[in-house]
Amino acid sequence: MDSLVIAGRKFNSRLMVGTGKFSSNNAMQSAMEASGCEIVTVALRRVDINNPGDSMLQHIDRERYLLLPNTSGARDAEEAVRLARLARAAGCEPWIKLEVTPDPYYLLPDPIETLKAAIILVKEGFNVLPYMPADPVLARHLEEAGTVTVMPLGAPIGTNRGIRTRDLINIIIEQANVPVVVDAGLGAPSHAAEAMEMGADAVLVNTALADTANPAEMGEAFKKGVEAGRMAYLAGLGPQRGKAQASSPLTGFLREE
Amino acid sequence: MNLHVNGENYQSDAGLTIGQLLKRLDLQAERVVLELNLNILNSTDNLNTELHEGDKLEIIQFVGGG
Repeated sequence: MDSLVIAGRKFNSRLMVGTGKFSSNNAMQSAMEASGCEIVTVALRRVDINNPGDSMLQHIDRERYLLLPNTSGARDAEEAVRLARLARAAGCEPWIKLEVTPDPYYLLPDPIETLKAAIILVKEGFNVLPYMPADPVLARHLEEAGTVTVMPLGAPIGTNRGIRTRDLINIIIEQANVPVVVDAGLGAPSHAAEAMEMGADAVLVNTALADTANPAEMGEAFKKGVEAGRMAYLAGLGPQRGKAQASSPLTGFLREE
Repeated sequence: MNLHVNGENYQSDAGLTIGQLLKRLDLQAERVVLELNLNILNSTDNLNTELHEGDKLEIIQFVGGG
């Protein structure tokens, strides 16, 4: 497959994987491995000082995977910027998946606070990958602010409902000069394939891999979905038509005319 | 003295250092990042930093997330 380039860095995989909600670190590792992903997202949270547990980072090979910390939990730009700075202080490369989701029910990204935070973080030298509503105008603004991707949602986080924002994502893809990563809501390999067939540059998946009895198999299934979709996009899909067009010859029928 | 650690009250003797606190909590400095009164601190460079009455310390780590 052709490679994906984000902020001048080359990736062979077009599937990014989130590390949340897996039943065990083993399940997470096996899903990452089988998916072929090279970018994995992580979150920052307070340590439970009464029960610190072990660190999940020891289960991620930092030579192999680019750690992409997110700003999940941020309700406004200020909180997102604070989390991004903490992630960098923790020794991460300055890559940040910007998430500002003040609404606890649908976890929809706040376009105004996301743009505000993006402007600040780009100035501070971060490579910003913003999770965003599928809004082509906002995608333009984020790109102008200097984000290295745009990441429109297919459906709300964790819903597995697929690409419900198809027409708007098509416009974003048509207009974008940075990679378009469809994030959130992709629940099946067919959804990932659909995003790639539309011309998205990559997808990010978490819940669909974590919320299954077989994360490794699902990881591989998504890998194949993404590869199939990308290949089809590069090959060029045939045009859609309103009326039938026969695939078999319309001559030589075994009947009297 | 009284500290606020991760939003909870935490009682300790005066003069407690960050290194001593992390040890008490059984946390390796390398796996956490700290924020003391809203200023980010590199945990490994600040093991000898003393905490003071009323300090607000956040001890933060990476967890799984999408």
